[in-house]
Amino acid sequence: MAKIKGDILVNVERCKGCEVCIAACPSSTIAMSKEVNGKGYHFAMKVNNDCTGCMNCAIVCPDGVITVYRGKISE
Amino acid sequence: MEEPFVKTEIRKDENIVYKRTDLLVDRPLSYCPGCGHGVVHRLLMETLEEMDIQDKTIGVSPVGCSVLAYDFMNIDMLGAAHGRAPALATAIKRLWPDRFVFTYQGDGDLAAIGTAETIHACNRGENFTIIFINNGIYGMTGGQMAPTTLPGMRSSTSPYGRDVQTMGHPLKITELISNLPGVHYVTRQAVHTPSHVRKTKKAIRKALEQQKESKGIAFIEVVSNCNSGWKMTPVQSNKWMEENMFPFYPLGDIKVDGKLVEKKEVTEKA
Repeated sequence: MAKIKGDILVNVERCKGCEVCIAACPSSTIAMSKEVNGKGYHFAMKVNNDCTGCMNCAIVCPDGVITVYRGKISE
Repeated sequence: MEEPFVKTEIRKDENIVYKRTDLLVDRPLSYCPGCGHGVVHRLLMETLEEMDIQDKTIGVSPVGCSVLAYDFMNIDMLGAAHGRAPALATAIKRLWPDRFVFTYQGDGDLAAIGTAETIHACNRGENFTIIFINNGIYGMTGGQMAPTTLPGMRSSTSPYGRDVQTMGHPLKITELISNLPGVHYVTRQAVHTPSHVRKTKKAIRKALEQQKESKGIAFIEVVSNCNSGWKMTPVQSNKWMEENMFPFYPLGDIKVDGKLVEKKEVTEKA
């Protein structure tokens, strides 16, 4: 059966690690990384496959670093 | 670093449902992590892109944290003297009535040094949009007390909390100008959760569309956080804002189509 799934792409070097996206994500897909980026911030990253592509993280992101994809996959 | 949980079958260009708008210049924003300015910048640019008026829009940037707004917005912008953005916008709109004009101001700019310009521009009923970011503090200069600072709120110039006996009461400038006849649309929004962001975007769209009809000022207040000035993390400051700012600055439309909205929730929360 085809399922609608989402995916996010975080612009790691632009992320400032404010964690607002974590509070906005309904499926707990985002968490902060252990590594830091070039500016020394922990950045947002995907930690499971539950993303539905709802765009909540992207529209609250103050720096607009998240690109959201949504499409059908067959499982 | 290897990126985990990548869905390569979904991550294709035709599946993009949301990406940062090209009207924001491709450079890092100068704001602190979690600051509401970035969201409002992006919403404004997205709205201009949707309305396809980016080449007919002139913005006026203020003095404050967003003084460099013209570095990030890829449209025509002018920088105004501190607080004088409504005066400059008046001139622009009168000289080019077919252009869309907005001012983007903070609380130190609009409600402190620029009170006279704001009130008189609103009273004259000039036909532009004011976007007012209210975070209750002077963020850029180091978190000093602003006219909009809440009673009892700590800042670097009111370290024991704002005492209304000696420091005066907070200024609700949005309610103040909503009583002026030249003002057509007044609303107060926030940008800390997805639903609030969507509402704010609708309000910005409505305010810009209204300029086509030349009916008067559209005024959007965005209650925002200032996590650096409030000395909190971004998520904590959003929570603090919900608990403390919103009872004093209730969200919602205050004036629509030139008529004051008599909303139950506005009066109850206040």
